[in-house]
Amino acid sequence: MPTKNIEKIAKDYKDAYKKITGRVVICGGTGCIAGGSLKVYEAFQQEMEKRKIGFCLQITKDCHENYLSLSGCRGFCAMGPLVSVGDIFYTKVKPEDVPEIVEKTLMKGEVIDRLLYHNPVNNQKAKTVEEIPFYAKQERILLHDCGRINPEDINEYIAHGGYAQAKRAYTEMTDEEVCKEMITSGLRGRGGGGFPTGKKWDLTRVEPGPKKYVICNADEGDPGAFMDRSVMEGNPNAVLEGMMIAARAIGADEGYIYVRMEYPLAIQRVRTAIKQAEELGILGENIFGSGKNFKINVMEGAGAFVCGEETALIASVEGKRGMPKIKPPFPSQCGLFGKPTVINNVETLATVAKIMEMGAEEFRKIGTLGSPGTKTFAVTGHIANTGLVEVPMGTTLRQVIDEVAGGTTNDDGTVNKSAFKAAQIGGPSGGCLTREHLDLPLDFDSLKSAGAMVGSGGLVVMNNKTCMVNVARFFLEFTQRESCGKCVPCREGTEQMLSMLNDIVEGRATLKTLENLEDLAKAVQKASLCALGKTAPNPVLSTLKHFREEYLAHVVDKCCPAGVCKALARFEIVPSKCKGCGMCKRACPVSAISGEVGKPHQIDPKKCIKCGGCKSTCKFGAVVTGA
Amino acid sequence: MTDRFAPAAKILKDHAYDSAKLIPILQQVQDEYKYLPEDIMRFIANELEISPAKVFGVATFFAHFAITPKGKHIIKVCNGTACHVKGSSFVINTVKDKLKLKEGQETTDDGLFTLECVSCLGACGLAPVMVMDDVVHGQITPAKAVEIIDKVISSEAKNAD
Repeated sequence: MPTKNIEKIAKDYKDAYKKITGRVVICGGTGCIAGGSLKVYEAFQQEMEKRKIGFCLQITKDCHENYLSLSGCRGFCAMGPLVSVGDIFYTKVKPEDVPEIVEKTLMKGEVIDRLLYHNPVNNQKAKTVEEIPFYAKQERILLHDCGRINPEDINEYIAHGGYAQAKRAYTEMTDEEVCKEMITSGLRGRGGGGFPTGKKWDLTRVEPGPKKYVICNADEGDPGAFMDRSVMEGNPNAVLEGMMIAARAIGADEGYIYVRMEYPLAIQRVRTAIKQAEELGILGENIFGSGKNFKINVMEGAGAFVCGEETALIASVEGKRGMPKIKPPFPSQCGLFGKPTVINNVETLATVAKIMEMGAEEFRKIGTLGSPGTKTFAVTGHIANTGLVEVPMGTTLRQVIDEVAGGTTNDDGTVNKSAFKAAQIGGPSGGCLTREHLDLPLDFDSLKSAGAMVGSGGLVVMNNKTCMVNVARFFLEFTQRESCGKCVPCREGTEQMLSMLNDIVEGRATLKTLENLEDLAKAVQKASLCALGKTAPNPVLSTLKHFREEYLAHVVDKCCPAGVCKALARFEIVPSKCKGCGMCKRACPVSAISGEVGKPHQIDPKKCIKCGGCKSTCKFGAVVTGA
Repeated sequence: MTDRFAPAAKILKDHAYDSAKLIPILQQVQDEYKYLPEDIMRFIANELEISPAKVFGVATFFAHFAITPKGKHIIKVCNGTACHVKGSSFVINTVKDKLKLKEGQETTDDGLFTLECVSCLGACGLAPVMVMDDVVHGQITPAKAVEIIDKVISSEAKNAD
C-alpha cells in the first residue's frame, strides 16, 4: 500500500482543529490514572452530555465544538490528576470538581482558584503551565509534546510535524548521510552507557546485509525510573519515527520493541500507534515510495532486569533465557538471530526525529561539549515535586533538586532544603551523590568521575532520616535477585555481599566484615561478565566511601542512627512530648500501643512489629527510635 | 470434559510452532491457565520439538512466570526505590504478618491471597504503592494496608455465607 500523503493529513487536521472552540486535556499517564484520572475523563463526558454541550473525542472534519482527550504523562505526577482547559492548568482534580470546571472554566472562561497549582515557595497560584517553576525551569525537547497531544491519534502527531523527518530520511537522504547527521549531533545513548548513537549506526551500516534489525530497548527495569514509560505513553509515534530513521540508516527491514510487561498502558499505546502507522502506509512496504520496507513487532518482557543488557535482551527475543554473552562480537556485527542489529533505548530513539528537525548543529548547542542535548530524569523519593524532569545536560544537581523539583522534603512532606542527605543516580547500578556533589554538572563524564553514572536517569532523593546502609542493602538485594547466574563473580559474589550486609543491619558484623565487604565488592566489579555484575557493587562502595560513619554505627555501636534497620531499632514514646491524642494507637496495626486519652501512651515492645506507622503519624515527634 | 490441552494447542498454532516465540507462548498460556502447569509445559516442549528442560529453563528464569498456582486475590506491594525510601518495607512486613506468611512463602495456606513484592510499577509519584487485584492504592501506610485486606476478607466471608 502506498504511503498516504502526510502533508495533506497535517493540513486537514489543522483545518479541522481550527473549528473547535475549546480543548480539555486530561492526563492519562500511569501516575494520574492511578490517582483516578479516567473517572475524571468519564465525568467530563457525562457532564457535557447532561448540559448538552457538543464535544468530540477525536478530531475529524465534522468537529466544531469542544475536543476532549486524554494525554500521556505530563511528568508532574505528584500533583495528579492533571487537567488543562485551554491554557488553564488544574491539579489534583477529582470527579466532583468536573461540573464546576465545565460550568465556569469551559463555558465562561473563569478560573477556579482552588484547583490551580499553589507554589509553596512564593505562595502564589499558577494559572498556566508556564507559570509553574517545575515546568518553567525545564527545557522540554523530548517531552515537549508529551501531555499536549493525544497519543492515540497519529494525525495529531503528523500535524505537529511528525514523520516528516522519516520521509526526508527515506526519500531525500542516503543511509550514510543519516548516520553522519547523528554523528555530527553528538547524541549519546540515553540508556546508560552513553555510547555515541551515530557511531553505533555507522558500524552496523557497513556490515553486510540483507537482513538487519533495529531493536528499541524499552525494558526499563531500573526501579524508580519511568522516563521511557512516559515517552511511550505520551508520544509513542516519536519512538516509531526514530526506529524508522535508524532502520533507514543501517538498512534494516524489521524492528522489535522490547517493553517490560509491567507497563501495560505503554504496550497498548505503542501497539495502537503501530496499527495506525500501518493503516497510513507509513510502516509496511515501499515506505514513502522509496522501495524500502519496515515493520515493527512488539515483544513483552517477562520480568528480568538483566534483559536491559543488550545481549541478554537479544537472547530473550530469540526465546531463550535472558543471559548476556561475552562481547565482542557486538550486536552491530552479530545480533538478533545472528544478524547485524542496532539496539537503542526509547529516549535515544525519540530524540532522533527532533535532531533531524532542528539540525545537528543546533542540537549540539544544547548541553555540554561532551554530552550534547537534554536528559530526562525521573526525580523521586523525598522531594516536593516527584516527576519527570527534562534539563540540558550539564545542569547541576542543586538546580534539578531545588529549582525544578521544589527541594528536599522531611518525612511528613514539608519542604526543607537543608534536609538533603544524598541522591542515588542511575538506579541500582549507579552511585550516590552527597552534599559535596550538589554543584556537580549532570553529564556523562562528570558523573563518571564522581563514581556515579547517568544510567537510565533515575534520581532518588533521600533526606537526613534515611539509613544509607539500608539503601545500599536494598540495591544489592535487587541486583542479587536479578543476577542471571551465568558468571560466578556476580552470582556468588553478590550473594555473599548481601549476607555480609544482612549481618551489618542485624547487628552481627565486626570490623572484619566491613573489610571483607569492600574487598569482595572490588572483586565483583572487576571480574563480572556483564554490566549488571560490574556495577552491582557501586551503591555499596559509594556509601562506604561517603557514609562510612553510618556503617561504623551499625557495626561498632550496634545502632541504626536513622532507626530504619528493624533489628537495631526500638520504638519508644517520649512521655514529655506525648499529648495523648491517640493517633498512634489508631495507626498501630497490631494494637501494641496503650494509654488513656490525654495521658502519655506506651508501646509494648513484645507486640510491636516495628512497622513505623506510629512514628510517621505522630505530629509531636514523640515517637522516637532508640538503639 | 473439555480437552485440557486444547487452549495451549491453539496458542501454539497461533504462533506457528515457532520456538523463538517461546516467551510470548508461555505468557499467553499463563494468562489462560493462571500459571504454568508441568504437564502443559511438557506438551509445549513436545510440540515445539525442544527439550522440556529448555521450557522449564525459560519459565523459571523470568519473574513473571509462576509454576505454582497463585491465590485468589493478588496483592502487589511496590518495593521500587521511590517506594522503598518512603517506607514500603514497613508495609510489606505488616502485610506478611497479617497474612501469617512464613519466610519465602507467597501464597496463604487457604489460597486466598498471594503477596508479590514487585520492583517499580512506575507510579513513583504516589509512593508507597500497593495494588490489590489491579486497583492501585497510593500513599499506603501499614494501617491502611491492613484495612484493605480486612475488607476483602470480610467480603469473602459474606460470599461464603
